[in-house]
Amino acid sequence: MTLSVRIIACLDVTDGRVVKGINFTDLVDAGDPVEMASLYDREGIDELTFLDISASSSGRDTTVDVVRRTAEEVFIPLTVGGGVRSVEDVNQLLRAGADKVSINTAALKRPELISEIVDRFGSQVLVLSVDARRARTDSGFEVTTHGGRESARVDAIEWVEKACALGVGEILLNSMDADGTRAGYDIGMISAVRAVAKVPLIASGGAGALSDFAAALDAGADALLAASVFHFGIHRISDVKSYLSAAGYSIRTPNNR
Amino acid sequence: MIAILDYGSGNLRSAQRAFATTGHDVELTSDLDVALKADGLVVPGVGAFAACMNGINEISAADVIRQRKIAGKATLGICIGMQILFSDGLEHGAHKGIGMWSGTVSELDAPILPHMGWNTVEITGSSRLFKGIEKESFYFVHSYAAKSSVGLAQAWTTHGEKFLSAVEDGPLCATQFHPEKSGQAGLTLIANWSAGL
Repeated sequence: MTLSVRIIACLDVTDGRVVKGINFTDLVDAGDPVEMASLYDREGIDELTFLDISASSSGRDTTVDVVRRTAEEVFIPLTVGGGVRSVEDVNQLLRAGADKVSINTAALKRPELISEIVDRFGSQVLVLSVDARRARTDSGFEVTTHGGRESARVDAIEWVEKACALGVGEILLNSMDADGTRAGYDIGMISAVRAVAKVPLIASGGAGALSDFAAALDAGADALLAASVFHFGIHRISDVKSYLSAAGYSIRTPNNR
Repeated sequence: MIAILDYGSGNLRSAQRAFATTGHDVELTSDLDVALKADGLVVPGVGAFAACMNGINEISAADVIRQRKIAGKATLGICIGMQILFSDGLEHGAHKGIGMWSGTVSELDAPILPHMGWNTVEITGSSRLFKGIEKESFYFVHSYAAKSSVGLAQAWTTHGEKFLSAVEDGPLCATQFHPEKSGQAGLTLIANWSAGL
């Protein structure tokens, strides 16, 4: 009887459409974020994340509409991130129906944005997304920008400590080295962040084998985010949950559906 | 008709849709007359304890909640909307709540806060809200909670320490978790609540 490990699916959305290929046959429209969200809900996902990768402002407006339609149909927590730059951006997404908003580059540029958002909406709405990789910094991990291509010249562990002090409610840790490899989460990075973060920690990047999920939890993650292994049907949500449950982790298994 | 008390919260859209799945008309309102006369009233949470009480006080809604209890009309507090039904809260300093129940809402003694995610409940007393969903998980997001028993039936959850995750006290009910974000189990709880309207 403890808090369950959360399994989170991330959908990349641009101009109102899901970007990555989806290997589910029982969808009428696999590109529709609302339908994808609804399917994942039926499959037993614990939480959903939309990452808005739209380049244009009209694309962003479309995303707000997608959030609105999703929140009206899917009754599980929804986080939205990507291009969030101001308190007003957060306000717009929350009003549309997002439960949490994640920030990344804008907080690196201006850390006070964290406290501005927290002061207005509370810590529980704010997820700090950290794109980190191994590097020769004090901790051995640095923050990157531009999808991991450029160094932000900030030590990742120092950044997490600072953001926690400013009031973020949760950390989404993306390993840019592991991302897309399906070779496992970066366990050392998860442990290093866990050691300094007293808020919930979501591990992201590298999920492949079922044992990878367990390893990330053992390293201190509270929640596990995955994209391609779910989208491409490599694992069903139920496979991951059955595996973790058999391994002794606390898992939500909704029976009432 | 179910009224959802709108006192400054940004997002009530999910709550409105979740309660509408019961087949009842659902109205967002800050009109005290509407809130008083509704068959069911939902008090959602807004921000921290003190901010939430400020919102309640700005529209003078505490009296509506008291009058509904006396009249036997159903009211459901959610998250901070549950916490402010207690007499005292310790978030960002000591603050007075509406005081429907005697007790203090204090920080959870847990290594990781907020308590964020899906957790189970343990029920004491005869519960109507949890009928058929006693073994399900519900979605929590909070760092503070009430820890002493009030009301006629209770649900308890553990995160670091045991706390009160729901109360049923005749017409006045409350949940620390978010039924509107707890998937099918949450919708069933909402249906159980509204079946009494």
